[in-house]
Amino acid sequence: MNSVLSSAQVARFFQTYAVLIMIAILIVALSLMSDSFLTFRNLQNILNQNAPLAIMASAMTLVIIGGGFDLSVGSIFAVAGVSAAWIALNVDPVLGLAIAPFIGLALGVMNGVVITSLNIHSFLATIATSMVFKGVAILITDGRLIPVRIAEFTWLGRDKIGGIFVAVIVFVAFALILTFVLTRTSFGRKVYSVGGNEEAAILSGVRTSRIKIATFAIAGMAAGLAAAISVSRISMGQPGAGIGMELQAIAAVILGGTSIYGGAGAVWRSVAGVLLLALINNGFNILNADPFFRDLTTGLIILAAVGISASGQRR
Amino acid sequence: MAIDQASAGDAPCISLRGIGKSFGGVPVLSDIDLDIGLGEIHGLVGENGAGKSTLGKIIGGYYSASVGHIEVFGDPVSVWTPPLALDRGVAMMHQELQLVPALSVAQNVFLGIEEQHFGVLAQTENARLADVMTASGFSLDPAAITSDLSIADQQKIEIMRALAREARVIVMDEPTSSLTADEAERLHETMLRLKQTGATIIYVSHFLDDILAVCDRITVLRDGRLVRTADAADETKGSLVSAMLGGEQTETPYPPKSIPQPSTGEPALLVENLSAPSGVSNVSLTVNGGEIVGLIGLVGSGRTEIARAIFGADRANGGTIRLSGKPYDDRTPAVSAERGIVMVPEDRRKQGLVMTLPVRANMTLPHLSHFTMIGGTIRTALEKSRVRELIDYFRVMPANVDGEVPYYSGGNQQKVLLGKWLMRDPGIVILDEPSRGVDVGARQRIHEAISELAAKGTAVLLISSEIEEVLGLAHRAYLVHKGGLVGEVDPETSTTQDVLWALFHQEDNNSEALGGNAP
Repeated sequence: MNSVLSSAQVARFFQTYAVLIMIAILIVALSLMSDSFLTFRNLQNILNQNAPLAIMASAMTLVIIGGGFDLSVGSIFAVAGVSAAWIALNVDPVLGLAIAPFIGLALGVMNGVVITSLNIHSFLATIATSMVFKGVAILITDGRLIPVRIAEFTWLGRDKIGGIFVAVIVFVAFALILTFVLTRTSFGRKVYSVGGNEEAAILSGVRTSRIKIATFAIAGMAAGLAAAISVSRISMGQPGAGIGMELQAIAAVILGGTSIYGGAGAVWRSVAGVLLLALINNGFNILNADPFFRDLTTGLIILAAVGISASGQRR
Repeated sequence: MAIDQASAGDAPCISLRGIGKSFGGVPVLSDIDLDIGLGEIHGLVGENGAGKSTLGKIIGGYYSASVGHIEVFGDPVSVWTPPLALDRGVAMMHQELQLVPALSVAQNVFLGIEEQHFGVLAQTENARLADVMTASGFSLDPAAITSDLSIADQQKIEIMRALAREARVIVMDEPTSSLTADEAERLHETMLRLKQTGATIIYVSHFLDDILAVCDRITVLRDGRLVRTADAADETKGSLVSAMLGGEQTETPYPPKSIPQPSTGEPALLVENLSAPSGVSNVSLTVNGGEIVGLIGLVGSGRTEIARAIFGADRANGGTIRLSGKPYDDRTPAVSAERGIVMVPEDRRKQGLVMTLPVRANMTLPHLSHFTMIGGTIRTALEKSRVRELIDYFRVMPANVDGEVPYYSGGNQQKVLLGKWLMRDPGIVILDEPSRGVDVGARQRIHEAISELAAKGTAVLLISSEIEEVLGLAHRAYLVHKGGLVGEVDPETSTTQDVLWALFHQEDNNSEALGGNAP
């Protein structure tokens, strides 16, 4: 009796914390295999490099908990990035950085309005808007790169405050704010209810369209913020940037254990998902392993993690 | 026929020995020994959580027993899954029907056993379906699309699907829970007909009258253990209830009706000439504070649609509504909740609860603005204390403010749903099927709560498929037919039979009016 109880609990623990367990295993393994892994410098570099993706995955968590998908955040990243670079070059560098999140926000609101007013699935709607946004990014730049080598522009992506990269501070603050919003506010509660049971939410007086628009707006804003960091770091606006980032963000969210059916999940899970993907990458780098195996290994690990958490849903 | 009768006692078709089952370490069934005779209708009864559905699902192969042995037609089985069970002639009909809504009757009946030649479907379905219909005595249009049919007809498809697979044993899990009285009656006729063809039926139900009406033998479960198996002829409703409850209670009478205050001012709810695209036509009704008013009608009569149009869940296109004299025109669920009119929807899983949220979050969902500080931050302590009060009031088990709703029994889920809507003491409460699919204990607690609502002056509009429930609780009741009100009954002087007669009279009138269209 006791052993049955504890084995069920152990299984549940593994399902709940699968992503953390895999991170722990990777950290231990990489520390044993290489001396250069477990250093402050390497770990902070991992966080810094992945700050844009982590910001986008954190926001994507809200969209997915709310029962949606946003396949346009990669394109929003591109539009916001080239806009930031263009404004930095032609108007003011700080304004360029500051405006990128708002451009993302505006495009995210457009996504939300299209989805709720036309009543089409977010998956389809954002495939379409993704192409529109990508086209806009190319029009803004005329298909060219926009180099911005100005110190007032590059600090966000490159500088440190008190030994910590600004980008890392921004990403941690953003993830904490979203965690608070999701777990402690009535808006967060409503996001879960919309994804968990939309009909019950409507009958409970939740204005579900507003909630959905808000989740897409947040995802758009996050893509804009991520783009500002990224463009500032490489001092270059590229219309082709951000391609595939939407899929990486979604993969990280799901890898973390947030339900693709909506209604359940957490921001820390998505951050953990990003870190797991990042550690695999980092492992390949510091071990000098054949990079041809990188995608293969990453894919297998995603399958394993998703398999573990899905095994709990069958009863 | 004689052979079937003779073998009923001697050779069990299903034999269970020492069956136990636990979920996540919590035992739900233990030590079940049971023989189901060939050709009998065997009832399984018990409160929700007693394990009757679990036992049915173990027989049907949907759950595997944690311990114990199963013998089917004399052969021991080790691995037991739905496909293996079907191979051995054991089929299961679920509470939620497992049909593909977009497919036709014939396609659903033969789903997975289509006749084919190298993957190309043979055009023999209708002929095969005719055979199955002859065997079952049903007649449905083979080309009809399943989602267009009534639940009773969909159940026939499910039964035919079992028969098409040559099932000899059919487990039916709560088949009448969404049927009206006459549809349940038709299902019972079907079951008796199936029995005459030699089929064995295991009938899991909350409805003791239904069980007593058709079963040969009845097994009572309590807290996962088998209390007794006896001939139906030796049981009464009272004996079954006391066995199910273990002598705690013997009867479940309706609570005494409060006497509503004579209506002085405006009625709490005044509906005039309400019409809606959902099929509501010209409905006028009043509910005074302290009054329980019933809506009685067959499934599909438009009872729920009337409720939804009043609450603002569906758009109305005519008529007016006044709450205590004040007009209420642009109705939405959000505004309704603020103005003190709430609706407890009929389907707690689909429309009521968010299964991914805990009890606390479910209960406060419609009232979040009353639990927040500046910036929308939820005041968790206040929320927990209010939820705790409602859990205590309704006696929700487990009594955990952060309990996970999917693991609660139907009765306790329903109590959570009621707590959700009664949290802020609304002036008007619309209850749609408040006790559907809940156990005896929960049902009694829910009835008490409804009558307490009226006693403290709340206006209650009560919808139920159980006529007896409406008559037992309501002060007045309207008859609903085709989206309109067609009469009023006095629960004090009316019997279930009177009301049924009145409802079917409506049906007949309509059939005559339609002339040649009636089947």
